[in-house]
Amino acid sequence: MLSFLLIILVSIFFMGLVIRTKSLASGRKGPGILQPMKDIVRLWKKGSVYSTTTSIIFRIAPTVYFSSIIMAILMIPHGNQPGIISFGGDFVLFAYILALGKFLMIISALDTGSSFEGMGASREALFSMLVEPAFFIIMGSLALFTGHTSFYDMFSVLNYGSYISYLIGALSTFVLILIAMIENSRMPVDDPKTHLELTMIHEVMILDNSGFDLGVILYCTPLKFAMYGALIANFFIGSLPLQISLPLFFAIQIVFAVTVGILESFMARFRMSHNPQFIFILTSVSLLIFFGVLLVLGKFI
Amino acid sequence: MKYLTIHNNQTVNIKDIPVFTYREFLEENIVLLKGQAKKHCVNYFGVNDNLQIKLYCCIADDDTHEIFINSSIINIADSIPSLSAQNHNFEKFEREIHENFGIKYTDHPWLKPMRYANNRANKQLGIADYPFYKADSEELHEVGVGPIHAGIIEPGHFRFICNGEQILHLEIQLGYQHRGIEQLFLQKTKLLERATLAENIAGDTTVGHTSAFSNLWESLCDVSSDKSLQFSRTLALELERIAIHTGDLAAICADIGYQLGNSVFGRLRTPIVNFFQEWGGNRLAKGLIRPGKINYPFTKELAQRLKEIFIAYERDFNEMADKFFSLPSVLSRLEKTGIVSYEEALEIGTVGMVARTCGLNRDIRSSHPSNLYGDLFNHEPIIKHQGDVYSRVKLREEEIQQSILYCKKLLENIPEFNKAENTEIKPGNDKFTLSLIEGWRGEICHCAITDEQGNLKAYKIKDPSHHNWMALAQSVRNNEISDFPVCNKSFNLSYSGHDL
Repeated sequence: MLSFLLIILVSIFFMGLVIRTKSLASGRKGPGILQPMKDIVRLWKKGSVYSTTTSIIFRIAPTVYFSSIIMAILMIPHGNQPGIISFGGDFVLFAYILALGKFLMIISALDTGSSFEGMGASREALFSMLVEPAFFIIMGSLALFTGHTSFYDMFSVLNYGSYISYLIGALSTFVLILIAMIENSRMPVDDPKTHLELTMIHEVMILDNSGFDLGVILYCTPLKFAMYGALIANFFIGSLPLQISLPLFFAIQIVFAVTVGILESFMARFRMSHNPQFIFILTSVSLLIFFGVLLVLGKFI
Repeated sequence: MKYLTIHNNQTVNIKDIPVFTYREFLEENIVLLKGQAKKHCVNYFGVNDNLQIKLYCCIADDDTHEIFINSSIINIADSIPSLSAQNHNFEKFEREIHENFGIKYTDHPWLKPMRYANNRANKQLGIADYPFYKADSEELHEVGVGPIHAGIIEPGHFRFICNGEQILHLEIQLGYQHRGIEQLFLQKTKLLERATLAENIAGDTTVGHTSAFSNLWESLCDVSSDKSLQFSRTLALELERIAIHTGDLAAICADIGYQLGNSVFGRLRTPIVNFFQEWGGNRLAKGLIRPGKINYPFTKELAQRLKEIFIAYERDFNEMADKFFSLPSVLSRLEKTGIVSYEEALEIGTVGMVARTCGLNRDIRSSHPSNLYGDLFNHEPIIKHQGDVYSRVKLREEEIQQSILYCKKLLENIPEFNKAENTEIKPGNDKFTLSLIEGWRGEICHCAITDEQGNLKAYKIKDPSHHNWMALAQSVRNNEISDFPVCNKSFNLSYSGHDL
């Protein structure tokens, strides 16, 4: 329960921090920290417009997408406080409940019949598919390392003994940051600021969504960021007492947001055909983690 | 003589231009251009004359600074062979003649309406009936973009035929910005009205088009322009080049998602356009260039201001440009994207910046100089050879540096400015004038023909975008569709300059 509340809290100011970082990096003052959230609330107050070519899929997809993320968040623990849903192998459900939401977004984009949205849907499907192995290799390695298969058990017994375990923590953080960037269609894989449909991935899929639906979809981005941020925080929190783990949690989320902002400020977006190569890097880094775990356990000499 | 030889901004009598039968005319011009990279057609158009069309063909020779003109008279009902079948330079020109007068070409390879002009011959079909090239395939798909632009620029329709993410073919359909500028030139008889029309041909090339118009008008009316007018036109042209190139660099940064470059270059454009405001009261230099006079003298104080602006500009610009051209993520987006080969550029007849990035030396400032070019300084065009987006971006950066040098040189010697006077100037009778100028985008060509009373009979404008749009369509072939925006921006062609 604690973790759920914390993630919702962080999601309110996360995008504001990213945007403020980007503004400062380009020499501007930037909007207030809560501005992105205010924009979303403004959209929530509006009704949606539906194209006559769309079906029920298009109408339910934003809600399903949103609920899938909420459900995934329910599984995230906070140190030694378990998530609301917690059982052996819950990380598999975590990955596939997110995939379910994404699947509905993809078919709802196809549902509109627009050639742009079809293009975006195909890109989104490809990149999400390439990210999946990296996530499972990390989680599998952690399960092997700790001997448990639920988020809560894994993170609460995760302790840093040898140097290699520090390496595993650092590498996992790196991979999770990049997974979060890719899943949220941020730089360097996709440019969230562009106005050009031909270069978009996620934004082009939601061109036909409006009003409340659009607000729900837009709110999913900070939610997902905060969720991955919480996962990263768990690598460091372990079984620390609350008075240390709470400030640490917020510090990690803020550092995460600033990192995202800096990454987006000082480099150009990748060429679309270079994206798969880039995403494969994540899988290879996860494999490094896997071998690290095997080394620690002495199963691989 | 097979043609009349003139120089830039020279006025001649129409009766001196030789008239041939169409067959001779065709052969003569094809032979003149064959295998000649140094010659290209700057304007080819028809003038309606009682069910007969008089065709004028103007070919510029970059080596000798000469322009060759000849003409031919055909009947509207004629079916004639096209020049385009043998030389693709004429493709757009003949499409325009076909559209405006209904001339039937028997062997034109791509005979489609050009801009659906208001005074076109065939009014049955509208802009929605444009015959797009189609691919009959299960695997390929079409993506249509526009005519409403997603951002802030002008309307145009782009139809892609793609294989997945790869573009196989792009067809660009324009005409949505058509205002009938050439007709308005004939209807509006006051000089101020015409000058205002000229500055609105393409809003981003105000100085280029008004300078071309002013040079042409002064030549047509046989008045000499004094040093102060030439000085202000040259300076304004170079300032416009700096401002628009900087803005383009910012827009290219935005298209590749490079935020730092976008905000720094975007900011640097402002002091330059604001200087136009200080000088002539308008950030886009509207009202600055006028035939026969200038209302805003360039003072010593303005020169001092401009020098200060350049000091601040150069410091930030050089730092940002160094960073930009050494950033791997930027280079990987720009290099080998959207390539136009030398052969393609030659075949299309590209001009200006686009030609110069493909190794084709076309720059009116050195080949047909006017105003202070070739007088105060001899312009050395910057040439790039790869023809990709990187070349076009790098060319902009180097041209900015070059233009700043030219401006500084101009500031060393500011001529006396006389008080602007409204003198009545009138064009000569039965005259033909052609004016070429190198705008920031490339060669601008204005042609005027007067009748026996000295009234305008025809006014013909050719913006550099006229030919270069085809270069864009060719450059994106086999590129990723997601790279189209950055390719498009690297050309930055004008919709209104094409549609007129």
